[in-house]
Amino acid sequence: MLTIAGTQFSSRLFVGTGKFASSREMKEAVEASGSQMVTVALRRVDLNNPHDDIMQALDRTKIHFLPNTSGARNAEEAIRLAKLARVASGTNWLKLEVTPDPRTLLPDPVDTLKATEQLVKDGFIVLPYINADPILALRLQDAGAAAVMPLGSPIGTNQGIMTAMQVEIIIQQARVPVVVDAGIGAPSHAARAMEMGADAVLVNTAIAVAGDPVRMAGAFRAAVEAGREAYEAGLGKPSKQASASSPEEGMLTPDLDFIQD
Amino acid sequence: MNITCNGEQRAVEKNSSLNDLVISLELNPQALVAEVNGKIVEQPKFTEQMLQDGDRVELIRFVGGG
Repeated sequence: MLTIAGTQFSSRLFVGTGKFASSREMKEAVEASGSQMVTVALRRVDLNNPHDDIMQALDRTKIHFLPNTSGARNAEEAIRLAKLARVASGTNWLKLEVTPDPRTLLPDPVDTLKATEQLVKDGFIVLPYINADPILALRLQDAGAAAVMPLGSPIGTNQGIMTAMQVEIIIQQARVPVVVDAGIGAPSHAARAMEMGADAVLVNTAIAVAGDPVRMAGAFRAAVEAGREAYEAGLGKPSKQASASSPEEGMLTPDLDFIQD
Repeated sequence: MNITCNGEQRAVEKNSSLNDLVISLELNPQALVAEVNGKIVEQPKFTEQMLQDGDRVELIRFVGGG
């Protein structure tokens, strides 16, 4: 069972709630995913077009809200959003995102660390979104982060785990849970992260923009369960040398006479 | 008197509370958090938060996000 900051989660799939065609589709996809933790964002109310409220679409007795600080470009803006999120949601859980560059949406490591230090002091349970930097992950862990969320590839790119080597190091070193976030574009990417030993994955775009988001949510659920099961079962080591699966004794045919150099 | 709400100028009656503003905008106060001049106001305090001429009000809520 996954435990973050003393809270247990039976599902290792976290789901983002952005980009869905409707609140209803989002709700059904979250249900199909089996997820117990969803991310949400804070925005100004559009006074000319006030939509339904997302808080009412989801059953908060079953699903934890993880408010994010998306849109924050520095530590100061992230801390402001965090405080608003705590008041609006009634939870002190936070996905800390500091993304100064709107083109790449890559996180600012310096301000992410700065904001984590401050928010932990203020009583937040901080899950920082980071580039897959093992040293930064350790620094954040030391600063009191409840988990670290390294990216597989930039947000919304569907490119999968391009950062595999660094993510593996983070997983080996971290004492806090590692949630691979961003860039997971297919169930196979999620399964790969879980096989590597990630504690959980966060998926949004790949589900929300699928032809059938509810079915895709189910596919991710199965992939995350399969990947975790494989990790716990213990995967065989990759090798460049072939090794027969069938016995090599008692062959009924003579050895082929390959030319040996 | 005039206030700025979510970046837009708005005329409100004298002695209006934040709750009056929210109701006049046909919003559900339960789903909101507000800032008045940069200071957070929690939903239960919307009624006692009186608005002054020139106040900057931000009405904020959760939307879908990753």
